[in-house]
Amino acid sequence: MTAEQQARTESIEDEIIRFVTAKTKVAPDVDQDLFATGLATSMFAMQLVVFLEQTFAVEIVGKDLQLVNFRTVEAMAALVRRLRGETAVTGDA
Amino acid sequence: MTENESVAVLGAGVMGTGISTLVAGQGLPVTLVDVDAAALDLARREIRNGLRHAQLMGAVPADRDPGALHTTLSLSDIRKATAVIEAITELPDLKAKVLAETAAIVDPGTPLISNTSGIPIDELADSLPNPGALIGTHFMNPSYLIPMVEVIRGPRTSDETVASVLSLLTRLGRRAVVVRDAPGFVTSRLLHPMINDAARVVAASTASAEDVDALMHGCLGHPTGPLRTADLIGIDNLVDSLNVLHARIGDERYRPSELLLDKVRRGELGRKTGRGFYDYKETAE
Ligand SMILES: NC(=O)c1ccc[n+]([C@@H]2O[C@H](COP(=O)([O-])OP(=O)(O)OC[C@H]3O[C@@H](n4cnc5c(N)ncnc54)[C@H](O)[C@@H]3O)[C@@H](O)[C@H]2O)c1
Repeated sequence: MTAEQQARTESIEDEIIRFVTAKTKVAPDVDQDLFATGLATSMFAMQLVVFLEQTFAVEIVGKDLQLVNFRTVEAMAALVRRLRGETAVTGDA
Repeated sequence: MTENESVAVLGAGVMGTGISTLVAGQGLPVTLVDVDAAALDLARREIRNGLRHAQLMGAVPADRDPGALHTTLSLSDIRKATAVIEAITELPDLKAKVLAETAAIVDPGTPLISNTSGIPIDELADSLPNPGALIGTHFMNPSYLIPMVEVIRGPRTSDETVASVLSLLTRLGRRAVVVRDAPGFVTSRLLHPMINDAARVVAASTASAEDVDALMHGCLGHPTGPLRTADLIGIDNLVDSLNVLHARIGDERYRPSELLLDKVRRGELGRKTGRGFYDYKETAE
């Protein structure tokens, strides 16, 4: 991937991490299950949806509204990229 | 259960909005009434979000279309309701007045369901021509996610009303536990003084709100801790409910603590104003 793609890729994860850290006072790892580790509650789940929609100008509807898409920072970033029509960034794509 | 079933909800605050989300999410039509047009505007947005939240948490059947939502400033629009759920402000005189007005509009025998946090059902029943139609249901917030409901049977509540409300709750996918009438019933009688004491602990600087909640969660298994619960309930409603309980039980534990009163004066009501014991603004500062 190009340096520009790299920067953009990192910034989605970083912005999500910044939000989760501000709300929970704990900095999560990108692959940490926020629900299983007690950082996120069912109420926080909806705050995550609204945060992603407002910050990344996407609309999360239909079958995308599943907890599995919000369990980790990685999963949320992947959802945002897919909804923005960007191809999944898997290694050297 | 008839095909024409439709539910009216009175009061478009925290609870009326959540209960309307539950009813619509389970596929029944809802008419939501408030005296405040801004509350109805906000409720329509919140119900849209609530339906998405319910879907996110797997709390609504994926294959069911939501029931139609009608919001109105006019109580006379609920004439055809087959059940009325009252969720207006926790002020006994106001509730008695609105319940009496409602009884004069709907078909006789229509269950009138009060979502009061703690006013005895029999006290509210005094204002009604047919006290047998009144029953209490204590939905929790958010109603569309919490599967259990405390049901309060007053001494004059009729068997038909009990049967009809239990069947409605089953239709809404809720589990009911029926209790007798008393100030605060079971859940508010136990929860409200605990939250009040948690606020006193914070005011005395024994521990921060975060630490109180962390201990209640980590040591005692409380799902979120009492102060996050206070923010979810709404601190203005908490104070109203404590006043109701204090006036009827007399125990000083129910007198709203200074910190709670202070938060109400500052407009820090919890989630509904974006700030209470915690901060809830959606974007990271
Ligand atoms: N907040 C909770 O967690 C919770 C939980 C269980 C029960 N309750 C009870 O549910 C009821 C509602 O609480 P809430 O937290 O939603 O309060 P709220 O303050 O958020 O909302 C009350 C709403 O009632 C409206 N209202 C006032 N007078 C009215 C009238 N005459 N006709 C129609 N609407 C009117 C107000 O405009 C307001 O929108 C109270 O009895 C409360 O004790 C609250």
